[in-house]
Amino acid sequence: MAVRGTSVLTRIAQAIPVLFGVIVISFVLTRALPGDPAVQFAGIMATPETIEETRAKLGLDKPLPEQFVVYLGQLFQGDLGQSVSTGRPVLTELASRLPASLELTLSALVLSCLVAVPLGVLAATRPGSWIDQICRLLVTMGVSLPTFFTGVMLIYIFYYLLGIAPSPLGRLDFIYLDPPHVTGFFLIDAALVGDWETWFGALKQLILPAITLALFTLAPIARMTRAAMLSALSSDYIRTARAAGLGSGRILYGYAFRNALLPVVTTLGMVFSFVLGANVLVEKVFAWPGIGSYAVEALIVSDYAAVQGFVLAMAFLFVFLNLVIDLAYSLIDPRFGTSGK
Amino acid sequence: MLSIKGLSVAFRTRNGEVNAVKGIDFELAKGERLGIVGESGSGKSVTSYALMRILDAGGRIKAGDAIYSGVDLRNASERDMRDIRGREISMIFQNPRAALNPIRKVGHQIEDVLRRHSRATRHNAKAKAIEALEAVKIRDAAARYEAYPFELSGGMCQRVVIALALACDPKLIIADEPTTGLDITTQKAVMDLVDDLVRARGMSSILITHDLGLASQYCDRIVVMKDGLIVEAGDPVALFTNPQHAYTRKLVNATPRRTGSIRALLPEGERTELPPHVIGQKPLIDVVNLAKTYQGKSGPVHAVKKISFTIHEGESVGLVGESGCGKSTTSSMLVRLLDTTSGSIFYRGEDIASLPAATFAKHPLRSKIQMVFQDATDSLNPRFTARQAIADPLLRLMGMRGDAVTKRTEELAEMTGFPAHLLDRFPHQLSGGQKARVGIARALATEPDFLILDEPTAALDVSIQALVLNLLADLRVRLGISYLFVSHDLNVVRLLCDHVIVMQNGAIVESGPVATVMETPQHPYTSELLSAAPQAPEREMA
Repeated sequence: MAVRGTSVLTRIAQAIPVLFGVIVISFVLTRALPGDPAVQFAGIMATPETIEETRAKLGLDKPLPEQFVVYLGQLFQGDLGQSVSTGRPVLTELASRLPASLELTLSALVLSCLVAVPLGVLAATRPGSWIDQICRLLVTMGVSLPTFFTGVMLIYIFYYLLGIAPSPLGRLDFIYLDPPHVTGFFLIDAALVGDWETWFGALKQLILPAITLALFTLAPIARMTRAAMLSALSSDYIRTARAAGLGSGRILYGYAFRNALLPVVTTLGMVFSFVLGANVLVEKVFAWPGIGSYAVEALIVSDYAAVQGFVLAMAFLFVFLNLVIDLAYSLIDPRFGTSGK
Repeated sequence: MLSIKGLSVAFRTRNGEVNAVKGIDFELAKGERLGIVGESGSGKSVTSYALMRILDAGGRIKAGDAIYSGVDLRNASERDMRDIRGREISMIFQNPRAALNPIRKVGHQIEDVLRRHSRATRHNAKAKAIEALEAVKIRDAAARYEAYPFELSGGMCQRVVIALALACDPKLIIADEPTTGLDITTQKAVMDLVDDLVRARGMSSILITHDLGLASQYCDRIVVMKDGLIVEAGDPVALFTNPQHAYTRKLVNATPRRTGSIRALLPEGERTELPPHVIGQKPLIDVVNLAKTYQGKSGPVHAVKKISFTIHEGESVGLVGESGCGKSTTSSMLVRLLDTTSGSIFYRGEDIASLPAATFAKHPLRSKIQMVFQDATDSLNPRFTARQAIADPLLRLMGMRGDAVTKRTEELAEMTGFPAHLLDRFPHQLSGGQKARVGIARALATEPDFLILDEPTAALDVSIQALVLNLLADLRVRLGISYLFVSHDLNVVRLLCDHVIVMQNGAIVESGPVATVMETPQHPYTSELLSAAPQAPEREMA
């Protein structure tokens, strides 16, 4: 256990230079973006004087290194700056939007795992059977249908034609009040105060975008589960287990599946980080107030502080995610702690 | 007890059905120890998988009967088979580390089997598992119970696999190449252990092996298989002294033993006169106080401890020892793929020990010192044809271009007995022996005068090994080169080498002319190595 503690600390220490690098790169890149924020924010009616005035107000008249030092100083005080377009501090904005994105992504991933992992296992145990074909079909569909298309299709069918789903407008219908902010996850917050009506309201809003995203993430997870199970099932220790007369359930789940989990967890981590940044389209289609749409809007108007805040938040999230995956690894595989340093 | 009649096993493949076993018969009495001997592809392992009904997908018993104590193994339900496996018939596999679940404690794996066959309850499973570990003479079994396979040595893993197989007191144990990949002394320990347990518990056993010597030592009766058929059966001594079938004769000849010349490995008609090789007076390689120290987690690890030896021009020297003794480290340093810690390596008087291994590829001596690697398959680029593999050093080190390359490649193929019409094939389209020839041809391409052979025949069948060893013996005469032959098997080293060096724990414990070391070993470790090698019964003809 002590070894595991140290290895966690080492991992965290290794993340520090990465995060600093991200700060530098995000700073330089946002400065290198085309477009002049001073012109943007001074407005259409601005004269050269008012533009210069805005520039000075934004601190953009100083040389780049100085700007960077100022930015770093603010960062260490927990100040991510003000979003120029919305006028609100970036930190509060992210704090309200990040949970929305996370709630959507996590529910989509849970949903997708619930379908993809059993599907992959079944497909691997019966290669070439009808279930394998269904798996292949679903996987192909999942990757080939773009999320905005499936999203719109689902809205068309379930909202417009059938009328089962609520209107795709954000996280909660206007008839409900937002649950008190604890985690920012509406489902958890509503459950905490026992407000089940709001809970169902939030769930109803969540289902369609989550399914949209789940369909998209289904493919890599199902594929990887199938491949990992196939290779685990053909390994020597499975033959030993069979020769020892162990039951098929024990062999499949106790022996093969646990070994197959390693690549599946890796894929899951990759899919998660990928989806978190790439679900802008889903957020747009369902008017979901997530960070993806926030970042895109900020990028379009060269809102430096907001873009940097977004990049930084994502970087922190990725580092954290990698840490969680490493920990999951060391829980699954006893070899990981020793050979992986 | 076990009776097999007309057993045939077929596999579905892309190119239609392949018959792996084509109708074999044998009987096994209670308490009998049967050996099934054959080379790769003979169907010996498939036979045992068919008995256990654990054939890979696509394989099936096509015809014949297998009756075990009145149970028809071919037609028994899967449920009945699961009860038979592990409790009545058990198996020990090759490559013990891979045969154990890598992420489950070995104790728990034994418990799984015990509880499956109701030999233990939840409460006493741990005690019984530890008992099973103790039965295979694992010291400190209670601590080993908690270990994962990767924390144990290969020999220890094999003991765990044996404990697993014997946990439920089966009546028949099938050992499928149980000692492949283990050191020769570990092999002896493992085989002795299995043999003692089998005798003590009155079990029957089937030993599947490619090593006729091993089978003759541990079996009452041997059947020899070739291409899915049994070609000969009988007691070991009779098989060795008076083999009836041509294939058995070939196998018996090819089995290395303590006496006899290298040509004696070949079938009788093919034994040409062995030309003598000349050993010069001048030293070619002079190793002085060579040492290699690695920084380990718990202090420095002295892999090689100040060893010194000399290889003369045209001389062949054997380097013998078990895994971890430093022989591979030594050969890597000699071939300049690994930096030395201290000491000198003189090549014709020039010290090359201090030249950095990273840039030695550009040194003019690179072409003079070459190596033939252990695994002929893994050491060939799978995307290179045999022609490209052999030509590569010509292009890179010799600066040859155009027709000269083609000519020299074909010349090398001819020299190593590689069929010219196979030159444009990829490694996966070649047999093990052919790949070994490509490896040798590639090493010889740059006309080296010193060749390091790192167990070049370890992965080959004995009959192919016989051919490759003889090829090497011919080549050294023809090209006048020196060999350093690295191996764990003194019986093989003896055939090719003039001088032998025995290493243990990074130091040389004994060295001298081969005949002297073999006949009058001075160091106890050398004697141990010699006695651990399976002794084939002597043939009557010399």
